[in-house]
Amino acid sequence: MNMMSESAVEKALDQKMSDASHKMIGKDVSVYYGEKRALFDVNLNVRENTVTALIGPSGCGKSTFLRCLNRMNDTIENCRVTGKITLDTDDIYDNNIDVVELRARVGMVFQKPNPFPKTIYENISYGPRIHGLSKNKADMDQIVEASLQRAGLWGEVKDRLHESGTGLSGGQQQRLCIARAIAVSPEVILMDEPCSALDPIATAKVEELIHELRANYTIVIVTHSMQQAARVSQRTAMFHLGQLVEENDTDKMFTNPDDQRTQDYIMGRFG
Amino acid sequence: MNTSLILLILAIIGIAGYVAGARYAMALVGGISSKLHSRPGYYGSFVAVWAILPAVVILFVWLVASPMFISSSVRGAFPEEVKTQSQAEQGLSYGMITSIARGMNALTGDEIARIENNPVELRAALGAKGVPLAGDPQPFMVKAAAELNRMTFVSRILMTILVLGASIGGALFAYRQIAPRFRARNRVEKVILGSLVVASSIAILTTVGIVASMLTEAAHFFTAIPAWEFFFGTVWDPRFAAAGSGGSEGQFGLIPLLLGTLYIGFVAMLFAVPIGLFSAIYMSEYASPKVRSVAKPLLEVLAGIPTIVYGFFALTTVGPFLRDISSQLNGLVTGDYANFIQAQSVLTAGFVMGIMLIPYVSSLSDDIITAVPRALRDGSLGLGATRSETIKKVVLPAALPGIVGALLMTASRAVGETMIVVLAAGVAARLQINPFEPMTTVTVKIVNQLTGDLEFTSPQTLVAFALGITLFAITLCLNIYALYIVRKYREQYE
Repeated sequence: MNMMSESAVEKALDQKMSDASHKMIGKDVSVYYGEKRALFDVNLNVRENTVTALIGPSGCGKSTFLRCLNRMNDTIENCRVTGKITLDTDDIYDNNIDVVELRARVGMVFQKPNPFPKTIYENISYGPRIHGLSKNKADMDQIVEASLQRAGLWGEVKDRLHESGTGLSGGQQQRLCIARAIAVSPEVILMDEPCSALDPIATAKVEELIHELRANYTIVIVTHSMQQAARVSQRTAMFHLGQLVEENDTDKMFTNPDDQRTQDYIMGRFG
Repeated sequence: MNTSLILLILAIIGIAGYVAGARYAMALVGGISSKLHSRPGYYGSFVAVWAILPAVVILFVWLVASPMFISSSVRGAFPEEVKTQSQAEQGLSYGMITSIARGMNALTGDEIARIENNPVELRAALGAKGVPLAGDPQPFMVKAAAELNRMTFVSRILMTILVLGASIGGALFAYRQIAPRFRARNRVEKVILGSLVVASSIAILTTVGIVASMLTEAAHFFTAIPAWEFFFGTVWDPRFAAAGSGGSEGQFGLIPLLLGTLYIGFVAMLFAVPIGLFSAIYMSEYASPKVRSVAKPLLEVLAGIPTIVYGFFALTTVGPFLRDISSQLNGLVTGDYANFIQAQSVLTAGFVMGIMLIPYVSSLSDDIITAVPRALRDGSLGLGATRSETIKKVVLPAALPGIVGALLMTASRAVGETMIVVLAAGVAARLQINPFEPMTTVTVKIVNQLTGDLEFTSPQTLVAFALGITLFAITLCLNIYALYIVRKYREQYE
């Protein structure tokens, strides 16, 4: 159920070009940290097999919104989320939804590469193992290889799968984290400024990877770099002071935005 | 002038030097402090340091050296027949001379004149002034005492002049060096650095001194008893250390004590580690901040209880309870109500010591678990791992080296613990493996051998130092290993 067959993916991809189905729908999403309100009634839909970029100045709520999508905000004390977010047709804040299952469907890549202090192999096999995705060792080997292949890391690490993941370079570590997220076959991958700790060459590799992953996954990426948003995404959402200012096709957003604030931000007048 | 008055004057000179130095520096640049190399306070401090430091050093050296010099010159003037006596007797005579000298300061000039002609009256006269003498003074003693007083007086005056001179001279010397580009801050900071070095070397030197003293005493012990008999002997029976009784050779086998120490420590860790570790996991991973802010200090109160109090607890509550429950159990099973757990036993001591160690384990492990970066937890949770999977598979493995280090440190505390064992496990040095029977530890035996009337040359007392150095070596190794592991773990995240 979680895995789509190749042909289904192709079909979905074609369909997207017209008016794509919405993978996730956020309706009137508000977030409070204790007394402080961080998000104000955000209505944002995430299209399937599309890269959606969330941009905006620091503290605008884009990361907060991202973390709502797989309920990572649950791990923060005093954090309260109102409104409704659905994944396909399931309300993810419904009591019947198991947050563990949700996070298996909606994976996450963090700002700073955070490989576990284990071997590369164990870093990848961690997720499949806890979700029971492999029947035996050979099966697991295959999952590990496939995930690393997809993350474009296989060639670099295939001879040292049993060395520590923390020994890789920053860019490799981040791709390892992406491979780790892919290994549990999520439907959606959330990326929270995945390149902010990387140098330009590593960034280029990760961006290329995001581009390729789009065929199989729905991706939401938070970024501070306007160029990056323009390069990797098809849809862009602009946040400001906890509110969604504008959501549009990326091409339109960066050439002829509807909202003056978007125009100003993109031109570098604030933020 | 007495020493505290001199110190007070030094302090006054120092403060005056500080004020004068700071003002002078400001005056040199016409009140524009930015033209000075250092802040004006540093010029003041520079003068104050020169006024106080050399003078205090001279004072200290003088206070140590002058009594030694006076004593040797007074002893040098002893009559020939006294000089032929033993060192101990000469020491007694010198002690009497100092008493007389002290007493003579309390007497008036007339009284002294009378006594010099008639030393026999001296004892009564001094007794009336509240200075008791051990025996009847001999004539040479009165002369020596007068000489002693005179030398002390001269030494005092010389010292006062020299110290105050050094202080004023130092202050003037420093004051004259002050110039706008003079680097006062660098000089003052060098002095501060020096005092920091001195402070830390005192701690290190003390440790070295303790080890050295234990080593020398232990070496004396090993000349009387061969090392292999001590380290590999299986019987501990030191006999009494009666003065002069040469025939009572004891047996000094370390093995029963060492085994008792390790056994009781092991039982204690058996209780402390699971409870402490589980509570650390709860505190760091599950407890809400409210619960944590109450529960953690409460748990740490346990660490503040003096171990002797744990000892009572073992003696009056835990021991009898275990004994009674064992007799009930035995009665239920066999019909014979004999207790199989002694009130004083390895189990009692281990259990109570385990309770004492819980806060160490939990507090240290809690810190280490909390130090595991949040990013790792997020990474695991973000993959759909449950909280418990995250803790078991990511947090604990990452924290494991640190936790092992914490446990080793706790173990070294268990090995060094004394009071609980004395009260809860008894003092019988037995070589056995039943946890329900009493045993004893190295520390208890050290206390045992060093209390009461003793002669500090017999192996019966010197063995305490050999035990001490053995214990020290064990805990030192545990601590070094623990530090090594903890440090290795830190490197992973830096």
